[in-house]
Amino acid sequence: MNIDSIKNGYVIDHIEAGKSFEIYNYLKLGELDTSVAIIKNAKSNKTGKKDIIKIDENLDINLDILGYLDPKITVNKIKDGKIVEKFHPELPEKLVNVVKCKNPRCITSIEQELPHICELTDREHAVYRCKYCEEQVNR
Amino acid sequence: MKHLIDIKDLSTEEIDELINVAKDIMDNRQKYAKKCEGKKLATLFYEPSTRTRLSFEAAMMELGGNVLGFSSANSSSAAKGESVADTVRVIGGYADIIAMRHPKEGAPLVAAMKSEVPIINAGDGGHNHPTQTLTDLLTIQCEKHRLSNLTIGICGDLKFGRTVHSLITAMSRYANIKFVLISPEELQIPDYVKTDILEKNHIEYVETNDIEEYMQDLDILYMTRVQKERFFNEDDYIRLKDYYILNKEKLENAKEDLCIMHPLPRVNEISVDVDDDKRACYFKQAKYGKFIRMALILKLLNFEK
Repeated sequence: MNIDSIKNGYVIDHIEAGKSFEIYNYLKLGELDTSVAIIKNAKSNKTGKKDIIKIDENLDINLDILGYLDPKITVNKIKDGKIVEKFHPELPEKLVNVVKCKNPRCITSIEQELPHICELTDREHAVYRCKYCEEQVNR
Repeated sequence: MKHLIDIKDLSTEEIDELINVAKDIMDNRQKYAKKCEGKKLATLFYEPSTRTRLSFEAAMMELGGNVLGFSSANSSSAAKGESVADTVRVIGGYADIIAMRHPKEGAPLVAAMKSEVPIINAGDGGHNHPTQTLTDLLTIQCEKHRLSNLTIGICGDLKFGRTVHSLITAMSRYANIKFVLISPEELQIPDYVKTDILEKNHIEYVETNDIEEYMQDLDILYMTRVQKERFFNEDDYIRLKDYYILNKEKLENAKEDLCIMHPLPRVNEISVDVDDDKRACYFKQAKYGKFIRMALILKLLNFEK
């Protein structure tokens, strides 16, 4: 199966097979007006299968969250049909409304309108803790 | 510094300064009697805590200030569904400083993020209780005349006990501190306290469930209560609440200058026969709490000089 290569935009590669919709939702790609292609179960030499997302425009999207969702992801930035930048997104220092604190003793459990803020407290082990109650949050 | 939410908000120098001001207040009560004249402290207590609330109120009164507030969520606007952030913005118009206790963890931080007047965390669920820790540090300094070179036994609920986690965090800053962590298996210190605080700061510690095993080594024995409100299952609470009862017999091998502390209220974990022992410091500890809160109020209102 072929999808035309894009001229300007992003190719988010090496997504764990089956996880592309989750990433599509986290990045709020559904709200974009531009062409977005999701390729599921593409052939991968390394892992057998992988998902790929192609975004056909150089938008200002915050891709830091990808580092939290799956550090193995590769992001290729495409300009004039060529890869101008290739990187693995790093773990962001802070996540806002990405994961919810599940601690029933946390203030966020009773005040629904509070933003769920998690902060990176241990980069080596990718540990995030709720800003309010400091409970470790899990993906 | 504008707020005090977590003991980690304070540098070691700031803690030392607060202790020095508190000691000066104890020696020169009159000098401080009018420092906060015309100022108001609001005590917003969403869960009952007579001791902490009265300690804050007594502290402000002894500085010449006034107090207002509520002592349970039922008698506050929270019962009508008002958020913490809204409440502090309103109360900030009536008071110069706020002390807040809330059953939910992180509530005082939410308050501090929105408040224009200083917020003091007076306890947020099982999370932080920095003024208790300051009280503990002032007690240790006054009773042992040092905050370093100490072997500290902590006994009881080390899992949910917020005072325990904060005390370990605070004492880990000082040189040559050793901890003896005494608890039943179910109430052992959480792993993150071991890895993120003790091991990270290369603090020596041992864990035991036998209160007498290391008694002869201790300079301080910090007893804690197993708190009913921290349990979701009442059977677990009933099984663990009387696991340790400190009495004269168990103190037989203890040092002559041991300092026995307890954040109070006590239930059964210290027998009343220990109260007359000169090593029992827990009632003095409660009194020190007022003085360190006075020093803190002065600092947050920029009156310490």
